[in-house]
Amino acid sequence: MTTMSKHTLSVLVENKPGVLARIAALFSRRGFNIDSLAVGPTEHPDISRMTIVVNVEDLPLEQVTKQLNKLVNVIKIVELDQAQAVQRELVLVKVRADAETRSQVVEIVQLFRAKTVDVSPDAVTIEATGSSDKLEAMLKMLEPYGIKELVQSGLVAVGRGARSITDRSLRALDRSA
Amino acid sequence: MTEHAASPRRGDNPAAHAPGPNNVVETMTGAQSLIRSLEAVGADTVFGIPGGAILPAYDPLMDSSKVRHILVRHEQGAGHAATGYAQATGKVGVCMATSGPGATNLVTPIADAYMDSVAMVAITGQVSSKAIGTDAFQEADICGITMPITKHNFLVTDPAEIPRVIAEAFHIAATGRPGPVLVDIAKDALQATTTFRWPVETSLPGYRPVTKPHAKQIREAAKLLVGAKKPVLYVGGGVHKAQASAELRILAELTGAPVVTTLMAIGVFPDSHPQHLGMPGMHGSVPAVTALQKADLLFTLGARFDDRVTGKLDSFAPSAKIVHADIDPAEIGKNRPADVPIVGDAREVLADLIVAIQAEFDAGHKGDYSDWWVKLNEWKKTYPLGYESAPAGELAPQQVIERIGQIVGPEAIYAAGVGQHQMWASQFINYEKPATWLNSGGAGTMGYAVPAAMGAKAGKPDTVVWAIDGDGCFQMTNQELVTCALNNLPIKVAVINNGSLGMVRQWQTLFYNQRYSHTVLHSGPEHDGIEPPAQGTRIPDFVLLAEAMGCVGLRCERPEDLDAVIKQAMEINDRPVVIDFIVHQDAMVWPMVAAGTSNDEILFARGVRPDFGDDLD
Repeated sequence: MTTMSKHTLSVLVENKPGVLARIAALFSRRGFNIDSLAVGPTEHPDISRMTIVVNVEDLPLEQVTKQLNKLVNVIKIVELDQAQAVQRELVLVKVRADAETRSQVVEIVQLFRAKTVDVSPDAVTIEATGSSDKLEAMLKMLEPYGIKELVQSGLVAVGRGARSITDRSLRALDRSA
Repeated sequence: MTEHAASPRRGDNPAAHAPGPNNVVETMTGAQSLIRSLEAVGADTVFGIPGGAILPAYDPLMDSSKVRHILVRHEQGAGHAATGYAQATGKVGVCMATSGPGATNLVTPIADAYMDSVAMVAITGQVSSKAIGTDAFQEADICGITMPITKHNFLVTDPAEIPRVIAEAFHIAATGRPGPVLVDIAKDALQATTTFRWPVETSLPGYRPVTKPHAKQIREAAKLLVGAKKPVLYVGGGVHKAQASAELRILAELTGAPVVTTLMAIGVFPDSHPQHLGMPGMHGSVPAVTALQKADLLFTLGARFDDRVTGKLDSFAPSAKIVHADIDPAEIGKNRPADVPIVGDAREVLADLIVAIQAEFDAGHKGDYSDWWVKLNEWKKTYPLGYESAPAGELAPQQVIERIGQIVGPEAIYAAGVGQHQMWASQFINYEKPATWLNSGGAGTMGYAVPAAMGAKAGKPDTVVWAIDGDGCFQMTNQELVTCALNNLPIKVAVINNGSLGMVRQWQTLFYNQRYSHTVLHSGPEHDGIEPPAQGTRIPDFVLLAEAMGCVGLRCERPEDLDAVIKQAMEINDRPVVIDFIVHQDAMVWPMVAAGTSNDEILFARGVRPDFGDDLD
């Protein structure tokens, strides 16, 4: 039997108004849960790429991808294998830090190869990127100092190696256009 | 897709090659461009009602000699009429409404068309692009509202996009798994001056329906079929949509396998054919339901394992392997895992299967289903469809419907509402040809019959069209009889009048201790000591109502008048006819599998479970 697990889907969509709403509506209507969703432009101006993390069993995952594929604006869906993909999130976190604790906070920042992007007398703002695990570990370390504000991006991911998931679909797009 | 992506040539879009003007480039308004585009894609009939935002489109519509507009009385009627037109003709049905409430009144028929995979294009006016999002008068976000119930929808604010969007809308609606497409056009886009170009290049990079089945899967399916001992061809609406009834018959007769046709597939395989076991499901025939339960192979063609067919899913067809062919990959494995999945158009699937099975035969592999047929024939003989006769002097609703079918014959089109009369119309009329049975299967939309019959009559004016309706359904959409009377659409309506919401009443009889909460239609509740109107009070009087709407109204209350009144209705062809059949109110639909239970628990009649013997498993 399969158990619930996280799957990372890279979804190429037409860069048109309302596409995000269609995808969100589909997930909501079919009862699929989104863990994280990130949208942005690609190397092709007419195509946007979404990275969607879903937490489902294998069988519902097949339904997720099949139903997504039925959306007219969805061009291609690829499930990225965790081991074969680079996956990153970005976090901006504002931590309480006065003259006494600032150096300790900055040390944590350095240990996690994060960056201090703003400093004020009683707070520092940290920018960090990495895998979910790494960011979680860093936040755990920062927590005792007092997290005043936290904002985190959805996960973005790309497959390792020279191959590109956009190659073939770009050709398809030009052909059909 | 932005404009610059349009590069010349694309070969696979039929809309671009539809009969129409060649290489036209003309300056006109967006509204004129819309009507010219509709003409160019071959739309000949539009059901609709004008209003503020769509008003610019109605001006050039008045001058079109190719597009007939039928002015309905309620937008819901326009939507169901478009569906009836599409189901009867195989063409794309078109409805039109204005913004806000006009558009939202289309929501029910759009949802209905989505559930039954009907090719429909709904065109709605939208407030001016600058007013969108401001809660302007008669503004509704109809694209947002219909997102989950359309195959796709478009909001057009640039008049230059109108021809391309109309071509794409018709292409999406009609190809792959058909479905409704909504095109919402802002009023200023209709009013602006633009350039109409035809043929038009479409751009749908994410829309590539697979129609050609995979050869390996076809071979696997053929092997399973010739190797099976107890196969059933489980045929759904996809076979009708693919216009593959001829191919289905060849496959059935070649293999000798039994056939069941779902509610959406009635007519694609002749009811009179000896291999036909009837309809499966909640009110299916005992042989059809039982054959699926006992089968070792379900050969599924364009069907979707709907809960009304499977009953309790985990006890459905427990020992059957599944071949599942459908044009929609998402249907395969959705409810029941498939051993052999086939994605493709039912007609191409059937054509390839016939060749593959013939090849198996030539190699000496032929299925022997003779033991299976012994059992099937026994069930057919022991458990035929039937009904209890009504108390003396009263009409049984089943008898009314059966006689209509016998007198009118299999050339006519029958459209049903939803409820008991729908099930009886599916059971007791013999359908021999595809597209002669129209109903709301997936959505179960009460009120479907009259407007759908109207749409069918508009599309097939030379065919006799009967609406078999219930008195509950009829009171939802009967105003479209005015439209029929005024537009020379002489349909016949049989109101199966049992004075109640019969199917709900049946469930109250069976599952709610005969407590008839709010299902009696012709009587009101007692209040302040005032007696409710006596049972049988004719409010409304359907004969008078019919006459008021320009129809002939007839009433039949006694079995001895039944044939005469049907024949009288058949004689009238200059106006719609409504017959108010006063029927026995306690008639029930049998057989029945109660909701949520296993198909093994099918009851042939109240309290009567068929005896299948122990040796049959």
